[in-house]
Amino acid sequence: IPSVSSIVPESCLLIVVGLLVGGLIKGVGEKPPILKSDIFFLFLLPPIILDAGYFLPLRPFTENLGTILIFAVVGTLWNAFFLGGLMYAVCQLGGPGLNHIGLLANLLFGSIISAVDPVAVLAVFEEIHINELLHILVFGESLLNDAVTVVLYHLFEEFASFEQVTILDIILGFLSFFVVSLGGVLVGVIYGVIAAFTSRFTSHIRVIEPLFVFLYSYMAYLSAELFHLSGIMALIAAGVVMRPYVEANISHKSHTTIKYFLKMWSSVSETLIFIFLGVSTVAGHHYWNWTFVISTLFFCLIARVLGVLVLTWFINKFRIVKLTPKDQFIIAYGGLRGAIAFSLGYLLDYKHFGMRDMFLTAIITVIFFTVFVQGMTIRPLVDLLAVKKKQETKRSINEEIHTQFLDHLLTGIEDICGHYGHHHWKDKLNRFNKKYVKKCLIAGERSKEPQLIAFYHKMEMKQAIELVESGGIGKIPSAVSTVSIQNINPQTLPLERVLPALSKDKEEEIRKILRTNLQKTRQRLRSYNRHTLVADPYEEAWNQMLLRRQKARQLEQKMNNYLTVPAHKVDSPTMSRARIGSDPLAYEPKEDSENLPIITIDPASPQSPESVDLMSEEPKGCSGLPPSPEEDEEGLVMRVKEPSSPGTDDVFTPGTSDSPSNQRMLRCLSDPGPRPEPEEGEPFIPKGQ
Amino acid sequence: PGVPQGSAPVTSLLSLAVTSEQIEHLHRRFKQLSQDQLTIRKENFDSIPDLEFNPIRGKIVHAFFDKRNLRQESDGLAEEINFEDFLTIMSYFRPIEMNMDEEQLDRFRKEKLKFLFHMYDSDHDGKITLQEYRNVVEELLSGNPHLEKESARSIADGAMMEAASICVGQMGPDQVYEGITFEDFLKMWQGIDIETKMHVRFLNVDTIAHCY
Repeated sequence: IPSVSSIVPESCLLIVVGLLVGGLIKGVGEKPPILKSDIFFLFLLPPIILDAGYFLPLRPFTENLGTILIFAVVGTLWNAFFLGGLMYAVCQLGGPGLNHIGLLANLLFGSIISAVDPVAVLAVFEEIHINELLHILVFGESLLNDAVTVVLYHLFEEFASFEQVTILDIILGFLSFFVVSLGGVLVGVIYGVIAAFTSRFTSHIRVIEPLFVFLYSYMAYLSAELFHLSGIMALIAAGVVMRPYVEANISHKSHTTIKYFLKMWSSVSETLIFIFLGVSTVAGHHYWNWTFVISTLFFCLIARVLGVLVLTWFINKFRIVKLTPKDQFIIAYGGLRGAIAFSLGYLLDYKHFGMRDMFLTAIITVIFFTVFVQGMTIRPLVDLLAVKKKQETKRSINEEIHTQFLDHLLTGIEDICGHYGHHHWKDKLNRFNKKYVKKCLIAGERSKEPQLIAFYHKMEMKQAIELVESGGIGKIPSAVSTVSIQNINPQTLPLERVLPALSKDKEEEIRKILRTNLQKTRQRLRSYNRHTLVADPYEEAWNQMLLRRQKARQLEQKMNNYLTVPAHKVDSPTMSRARIGSDPLAYEPKEDSENLPIITIDPASPQSPESVDLMSEEPKGCSGLPPSPEEDEEGLVMRVKEPSSPGTDDVFTPGTSDSPSNQRMLRCLSDPGPRPEPEEGEPFIPKGQ
Repeated sequence: PGVPQGSAPVTSLLSLAVTSEQIEHLHRRFKQLSQDQLTIRKENFDSIPDLEFNPIRGKIVHAFFDKRNLRQESDGLAEEINFEDFLTIMSYFRPIEMNMDEEQLDRFRKEKLKFLFHMYDSDHDGKITLQEYRNVVEELLSGNPHLEKESARSIADGAMMEAASICVGQMGPDQVYEGITFEDFLKMWQGIDIETKMHVRFLNVDTIAHCY
């Protein structure tokens, strides 16, 4: 029996809750609150947009920018005018109740209702996990059409108070579109650069780093809104611009903080928006006119379908990856309307627009229809049509190398055949970025770090953290391999101690993470990573361990090494052997090294399971260890990983886990943070112990 | 000036997507590069200013003269290439078409990947060894002079191990992974749709960059 949540998207349930709450309030006799427009635009909308902009997948977005812009601009314009025009016709024919609604009012109504809503799209598309291309097309469209909506709305609102609308006004209106959109982007870029620049100097006051991100972004939004520019575009531009530089500058913890706060705020906002929509429906004054409402709904759908069909036909002439009819259907079907339309309608004043209530009723009906009907049916339709879903690919170092190689190759070919195309300009931008911008905005030596190295470090860090958080062997990534450096380079002498590839302070950072997280189980997890092996002064039994390990050279080669980075096999025990090290005296090397199971000797618990599944390990296993007297109790404690439950805040879930709870959190799982700063507070374990 | 002799096999080869307009444009470009000679040598590529910033410039130029890419049966490097060869290389970068069926698509994809494979495999032995892979990564990072060689090496090693684990899976300690063969290479690229990524648009025939 499918659960409710797999049929009904969350947004629908929230609206229903809102309806119930509103009904309850009304039943008690109080007046339920309505979603006021300034609360919506000032407080509820920005977190969602910032979250979307900050974590925007930039590569697919820029690759499809042309398509997105055409859908956003031309599509919205078409919707607005088509709908407005047809509604005007309906009003003229609709009898006495509707006759008085003029063309401008109808056009205004059309412009309000025609914009695809990012909140609604996000809420629904998050759950259906559609492939990246479609997701970015519909979502990008919903973000970028804000400029069009703002311009049209203000334009028609002003014109409604004019006696005459001249050609000049129309031309000025057309120009104002460029001002609004480009101005918004400019404001966003300026604030983004300022934020990036600020983050360069925050190395001594790490705690307020997240504040700068939020603050500058919000200021970008407010500044843009102040001048009637597109606040949404400003916010997106600020997030996109500041992100690479800020992430290179801020500490690991700040990055986590930013991610969590953004997700938290956007979730809260989204929930509130939908609940308020429900409440407002109950609370508002409605004026139901069958003709108006039904024809609005009908023409909305028709306009959307026609618009998508025509535009796709046009766009496919220029696209390499053409949009198939299936894609077109999803794009058309995903054109959901939401709270922005409602708030814009609410903003209309009664003086000029007496039929405001009717408009609001129609808007709410369309919103309900799209969110409920389209939102609920899109998931089975996606399955029915076998639309490609999102691929859970783990970014691997190979892919990164290949992608970069391909980029350079294509740039080179473009240069050779003399065609200044896409790759050429992207390459120029990258070079400019590397040469000038990064030096300004990124602190310290990270400004010179090439992308491949940064990616490699990121992956190493991520894996180290995964290891730590899983507390052991519990969550081995699916691509567990026994491939070691011996397998690919047999000339490497076993005793050769290859120097660590990372620089000293990178090592220190990784070591620090491991150190701080391995407090309680320090004794069990001596080290599982070559990084911690370079002369750890505070591991007293370390030398003993080394001796033993040298005896067990055979063992090492057979153990799983699931750090895909090369293991310097000399001293790189895995978790299992680290556990052996928990009681050095009890360790006995096994002589039969044919097929070695994973040895886990846990002196704390009576039974020593052969294969470790940390998920089932009792917490008492941890506490059973005698804490070493020198350890400070402050700071991070190694926690046994609990089985994932919905809402588990598992930041670094290995990419292979596929449970619904993890997919739900998928929105939260962007790439892992950068490495922490070397000097991040006191070391938790005093040196020399 | 018309397309030089020997154009019949050229047009049959490229009849799929390269129009005569594009051939014209490429021919113009060829003449620019070759300074009105009939053939191009490696030195002619030095006259392209933008190519200097490209970290894998050497490999790209090399690929033009690689006989395996020129669809010749022999192996090794050609001394010079004529326009037909130039077009042959360019044909590897033509965009995908709507009306291709499964088999054509598969061949299309394999062709492109073969081109890439030849670029990685510099000693022409049919597999990418660890040393060659290291060489690739070093070249990619060659734009950063202060970087230690160790970093490039360990990245390449890590990538190689990952490739080995993808292609072969579990390996005992005595097995040695010789190198990435073409089949393994295909496996590695499964996630990336090369047909759509590896293309250069020749649409805009007016932009012709200048050489020295």
